[in-house]
Amino acid sequence: MDDFLAARLQMAFSLGFHIVFACIGMVMPFFMSVAHFYWLKTKKVVYRDVTKAWSKGVAIFFATGAVSGTVLSFELGLLWPKFMEHAGPIFGMPFSLEGTAFFIEAIALGFYLYGWNKLNPWFHWATGVVVGVSGLLSGILVVAANAWMNSPAGFDYINGQYLNIDPIKAMFNEAWFSQSLHMCVAAFVSTGFAVAGVHALMILKGKNVAFHSKAFKIAAVFGTVAACLQPLSGDISAKDVAKRQPEKLAAMEAHFHTEKFAPLIIGGIPDTANKKVDYALKIPGLLSFMATGDFNGEVKGLDAVPKEDQPPVAVTHYAFQVMVGLGMAMVGIAILYFIALWKKKQWLDSKWLLKLFVAATPLGFIALEAGWTVTEVGRQPWIIRGVMRTADAVTPMPGIVYSFYLFTAVYISLAIIVSLLLYRQITMVDSLYDSESVQSKN
Amino acid sequence: MIYVVIVFLWTAILLYILLGGADFGAGIIELMTAKTNKAKTRKTMYKAIGPIWEANHMWLIIAIVILFVGFPKIYTTISVYLHIPLVCMLLGIIARGTAFVFRNYDAVKDDMQKIYTPIFVYSSLITPFFLGIIAASSVSGQIDPSANNFLSAYIFSWLNWFSVAVGIFTVSICGFLATIFIIGQTDNDGDREHFVGKARRTIFIVMFCGALVFIAAYSEGIPLASWIFGDTPGLIAIIAASISLLVMFYALKKDKPILLRLLAGFQVTMILFAATYTHFPDIVLLKNGENLSLLTHQGQARTIASLGYALLIGSIFILPALVYLIYIFQKRQEVPASH
Ligand code: HDD
Ligand code: HEM
Ligand code: HEM
Repeated sequence: MDDFLAARLQMAFSLGFHIVFACIGMVMPFFMSVAHFYWLKTKKVVYRDVTKAWSKGVAIFFATGAVSGTVLSFELGLLWPKFMEHAGPIFGMPFSLEGTAFFIEAIALGFYLYGWNKLNPWFHWATGVVVGVSGLLSGILVVAANAWMNSPAGFDYINGQYLNIDPIKAMFNEAWFSQSLHMCVAAFVSTGFAVAGVHALMILKGKNVAFHSKAFKIAAVFGTVAACLQPLSGDISAKDVAKRQPEKLAAMEAHFHTEKFAPLIIGGIPDTANKKVDYALKIPGLLSFMATGDFNGEVKGLDAVPKEDQPPVAVTHYAFQVMVGLGMAMVGIAILYFIALWKKKQWLDSKWLLKLFVAATPLGFIALEAGWTVTEVGRQPWIIRGVMRTADAVTPMPGIVYSFYLFTAVYISLAIIVSLLLYRQITMVDSLYDSESVQSKN
Repeated sequence: MIYVVIVFLWTAILLYILLGGADFGAGIIELMTAKTNKAKTRKTMYKAIGPIWEANHMWLIIAIVILFVGFPKIYTTISVYLHIPLVCMLLGIIARGTAFVFRNYDAVKDDMQKIYTPIFVYSSLITPFFLGIIAASSVSGQIDPSANNFLSAYIFSWLNWFSVAVGIFTVSICGFLATIFIIGQTDNDGDREHFVGKARRTIFIVMFCGALVFIAAYSEGIPLASWIFGDTPGLIAIIAASISLLVMFYALKKDKPILLRLLAGFQVTMILFAATYTHFPDIVLLKNGENLSLLTHQGQARTIASLGYALLIGSIFILPALVYLIYIFQKRQEVPASH
């Protein structure tokens, strides 16, 4: 492996790892606040137990998210110094605001975790909401920074110089809205399905059914509602990509030739050498309609850009298929769940629905990672689209391969430990909360 | 506006040393404490640090963001030539942060704790050690952008006696801050006496490590003495720190925890002031004599202006909340945390 590839993989690995913690860290506080709200309103102990159990999850994920995020802020310079030297002052605005958002989040979390029995109950509840809101805000801000790499704005690039920098314009670049929206919804989808899946499993095992049913319902409602919104937001994203990065859309769709009445290609194996896709399902005209709103609209193919500016087709295409496929699968589950809620109450007690949710536990996060692969690989070979190539941004220091191995080992062990910790957290629900709820019921 | 940004940068670094340092120190002290007292030390520390734990480490992120937004050339030079110690420090940060959470949030208290605790205490040692190395290396003049082999570009930029001595000194400062801090958290005379004794010993260790730094600087040909004693403000800062040390021995005797904390904070502030004042506005000294200055290597005016406003607006939100957080948990120490 050469150092350049190692640097890209290390970045991808670190971000792929961080995003999981970040999403859970920004969405779980909302679940927690809902449970907390029910506890304050109904005084049913089970809601307090759910709140407390979840708040420990939030603490674990927040800290691991903070640690992996701290690493990222150094890695940007350690791996991509040439990029940061020029990009830092331009896209730094969201990062400096993000600092504030994180800080508020950390402070509010301090109040929340240690404030039981010390603060006014509603003030205490509000600090939990602040954790969620500021987490979401920081997610929006950091994605706005990433969006800038896709659609650079707020500076003039003249003779290799970055002049007339305007950080505000850079932050509100063309892609910030569609990307941040899609990201936030994705965070709710993936966390909602993951949490619901875990609690569904515990219900199936017959453990603390009262506790896990309440938890399941809160997470499932968030996850399924978000899952239904996701294709809408994805459509906005796709139209946006078609306008600002036609070569990325072409790679996502494995769409080699510019044409009108372009077909939507589902599945298949892209054959880059012969510029065709084998074994694919093709729906005539649909791609034109989705990208332009007109069945006869022209969609640019990969042939519209020079060979050296084309993104890798296969990875982008497969990743896109995975994301959309899983997204649709989750919409399906969501619809079944809504039918169960409104029309067929008996389904709610049946095993198959719960089993479906158990099976769907990882789907949201897989779609999330796939989506990022689409965005990031589809931007290649550029690190700042049209301005700086990724290969020109990498650090001159040799031996990044070793740093890549090192970090990979660290992240894998961390992932294992965190899973173990959560497993223990969940299996301990019995002894931690059962006795408590029994006591308080008397 | 550039001065606003510089003040924020300096303050963020200072607060990270003070708050994060006390936090690292907690782990260091646990490492150095005899087995019988470990549990006591740990409980007392955790009670004090738990609620502000997350916030303590945000200062590092603020400092880094200010650097890469406002002074990108400085950020990237450090990132490239001090890559290795930075990675070591990051590994320390990862290990420490996760171990801290695990040992406090693991639902089952069993033998796993035997794994978390060593990770926590050793990474508490390693992280500030490399932090000190990085800080020292940026001013030791060994970073050589024209180096043409791996060793001189990426190893000798930081591996020298001076940097190592500053690393050790930083570790000792963290231990010092933590012992002083912990005195105010004790709830009985026996403990208090124990920690006061410890604080006395730590002060001597810090002085010894400080002397090491001067010796190492001398052996590396770094004119540290003339940097620090050479101009009046630096000299005044050092004298003030020394006088406050005498007051500190008095305060230790008379058992005045708040005064002790203020004095410890004052001393560290003075040391940082003396160490940075002589070079200001230079922050990275290169081997070829072309120093990187905060003033000549700042970003474009619009960037600095928006960064400055972002920091000012941010601090309006953050500071009152942070102060309230510390206040509320200091005031209600007697109520045990129930989570
Ligand atoms: C739970 C996760 C999830 C799900 C179910 C979907 N997506 Fe997605 N998608 C993401 C998670 C995601 C993401 C990881 O959050 C990305 C990466 C960058 C971004 O802004 O969102 C993304 C990027 C992304 C992009 C590229 C945006 C860009 O580069 O600016 C497009 C065009 C779509 N998505 C479209 C869709 C469509 C049409 C979906 C239909 C179901 C869909 N996504 C489901
Ligand atoms: C958290 C979600 C993200 C994931 C999973 C992700 C994933 C990836 C992947 C897979 C790559 C490698 C692409 C390749 O080299 O082919 C990459 C590169 C990179 N990403 Fe992202 N990314 C995410 C968000 C971000 C954000 C928010 C930023 C910056 C603000 C960012 C900055 C970069 C940089 C600088 C590179 C290296 C240069 C490049 O390969 O273009 N990423 N990321
Ligand atoms: C799309 C990608 C990203 C998202 C959605 C995201 C979101 C978040 C969130 C919500 C947190 C708060 C921690 C938690 O609640 O668990 C966090 C932490 C952090 N992130 Fe990211 N992040 C992303 C990528 C990045 C990148 C590229 C950087 C590098 C500059 C970064 C830097 C940080 C830092 C420094 C923290 C720690 C702050 C703290 O203590 O809360 N993040 N991130």
